Amino acid sequence: MNESIIKPENLVYRRTPVLTDNVMHYCPGCGHGTIHRLIAEVIEEMGIQEQTIGVAPVGCSVLAYNYLDVDIQEAAHGRAPALATGIKRLKPDFFVFSYQGDGDLAAIGTAETIHACNRGENITMIFVNNGIYGMTGGQMAPTTLEGMKTSTSPYGRDIKMMGNPLKITELLAQLPGTIYVTRQAVYKPALVRKCKTAIRKAFENQRLNKGTSFVEVVSNCNSGWKLPPVEANKWLEENMLPMYPLGDIKDVK
Amino acid sequence: MAKGTIVIDTEKCKGCAVCTTGCPANVIALSKKVNSKGYNYLEMQNDACIGCANCAILCPDGVITVYREK
Amino acid sequence: MKELRLMKGNEAVAEAAIRFGVDGYFGYPITPQSEILEHLMAENPYPKTGMVVLQAESEVASINMVYGGAACGKRVMTTSSSPGISLMQEGLSYIAGAELPCLVVNVVRGGPGLGTIQPSQADYFQSTKGGGHGDYRLIVLAPSSVQEMYDFVGLGFDLAFKYRNPAMLLADGVIGQVMEKVEVDDYKPRWTDEYIKKSFPWATTGKNPNQPHVIVTSLELDSARQEQVNLRIQAKYRECEKNDVRFEMLHCDDAEYIFVAYGSSARICQKAIEMGREKGIKVGLLRPITLWPFPTQILRELSYKVKGMLAVEMSAGQMVEDVILATENRIKVEHFGRFGGIIPSPQEVVTALETKIIGGK
Repeated sequence: MNESIIKPENLVYRRTPVLTDNVMHYCPGCGHGTIHRLIAEVIEEMGIQEQTIGVAPVGCSVLAYNYLDVDIQEAAHGRAPALATGIKRLKPDFFVFSYQGDGDLAAIGTAETIHACNRGENITMIFVNNGIYGMTGGQMAPTTLEGMKTSTSPYGRDIKMMGNPLKITELLAQLPGTIYVTRQAVYKPALVRKCKTAIRKAFENQRLNKGTSFVEVVSNCNSGWKLPPVEANKWLEENMLPMYPLGDIKDVK
Repeated sequence: MAKGTIVIDTEKCKGCAVCTTGCPANVIALSKKVNSKGYNYLEMQNDACIGCANCAILCPDGVITVYREK
Repeated sequence: MKELRLMKGNEAVAEAAIRFGVDGYFGYPITPQSEILEHLMAENPYPKTGMVVLQAESEVASINMVYGGAACGKRVMTTSSSPGISLMQEGLSYIAGAELPCLVVNVVRGGPGLGTIQPSQADYFQSTKGGGHGDYRLIVLAPSSVQEMYDFVGLGFDLAFKYRNPAMLLADGVIGQVMEKVEVDDYKPRWTDEYIKKSFPWATTGKNPNQPHVIVTSLELDSARQEQVNLRIQAKYRECEKNDVRFEMLHCDDAEYIFVAYGSSARICQKAIEMGREKGIKVGLLRPITLWPFPTQILRELSYKVKGMLAVEMSAGQMVEDVILATENRIKVEHFGRFGGIIPSPQEVVTALETKIIGGK
């Protein structure tokens, strides 16, 4: 190691101070940590730490409030978009974001999600899709793939019996209230950079006051998928992405 | 090629190795040693680092700091 | 001299909210209280006072929009009727758990289920015993006139902020729909963001530099710490029980019998007292204004002086249980009520007193 290089003027990357020093409780390799960091970096770069209010969900990322160093509220399962609506309507000069997983946003909170987007709430919604309920121990989620094994679909998701994986992001793009709808991932350096650009845009859009910005991040659940982190990311690429392809779905200029 | 290096907060590293998949110079790998939590933490294997920061931006736990000679 | 208006109880709630300086209303239509949202939309207070009014997609969303606003230190409220209030129980539990102030108005209709749109008082248990999951209480005010519908909006917010706990106005279809004259206040300005930031350090008002960020949550994974949260909340409730019990007494000085009734049932009992006293029955009224905290102490004191009490409620008998607890089986306590949306007549109430209490020894 070249110790002589370690000088302040040579610093090219460091942990953003908009993340607290708390060690995240997430499993090794979990995408939540990366996505938290990107949100924190965007808040830092925009200089809006004091003008941002976040809403944390129920699920693995329920404790997001321990890591993101902004004022933050913890919502009931699925209700984050309603909280974010209340906050933004009463504090329109603030940057407001919600952070939810697939069960939270696309199952129990479907109504709140759709109606917040349909009203065009001027907020940023972050949706982390790993196709499984992580916190409760790996049960089937609305986004669980056909044939995918979970603890409540132990023989694989049977479409006839259990319904189809829900592509809620495509659905939300149909609503006139959304102005920016995109699907990203964070398992490769280039994808992380793209995802950050998308999150930045979703936050910047709040300055325009034109509608809802929605960023889905297809992520992993190493424990739920029962795969080591690096293999889980390979599985994600090979299995999740064909169903949930990356890229912008809607971008209203 | 620019010279770079990284500083790893080994106590906070969970040894997921996701960062290693992004390194273009094969600089990093998990140690055979473990930290106090029992994780095989990340360490540099050589001094071929180019300071690209790929490892740091992949790291879910934000434990990597990157330096590069200007 | 204050301005006088002729208003429905529901309209009075809406007007009071605007004039009191409420920051936000989130609601969903349901009979018999839709006039509240309609009045607010027609008045369009935003350009005048900055009050936000939004029709939500459901009562579930309404109460969670209230959570978001309340956690910012804003004065926010929602209103509904029984089935809608049932949908809000999750949110109310979270709001109580996160120790946030807000106001909820329940213009009660008959249940269970979809029930009837006619007046009822059958949501007493739901309102005063918690309603949602976990150990919590709502501060419950029971207006018995249109004027009180108006006045209790401000009082409800004051108590909610005093204890950082949701407050509820438990009205019924009669009080919501009846028209009476109301003295209205001048417009009070809403709290400024500066005032809120200074006054409510628990609120998410934007992180202060060099200070810890504010987290509003009802989650505590550590049992020992969750117990401390519960103990703190319970201590708060004991304070509320000590300081903020409200009730009204009518003709109790010489009374041998007491009606215990709230809301529109108390109005019926006023007439029943007149009719009873014409017959020579010395009867008075104890009207709980706060249903929680319940006026236990005064009922206990009265139980040493009177021969019996009749709890008059438009339900199958809910508050009567608290009257029995307060009077410690010292005297005869019975319930009389109609339900399913039927309002008892004063004559029925007098007859019930005669048969269940006076003649029922």
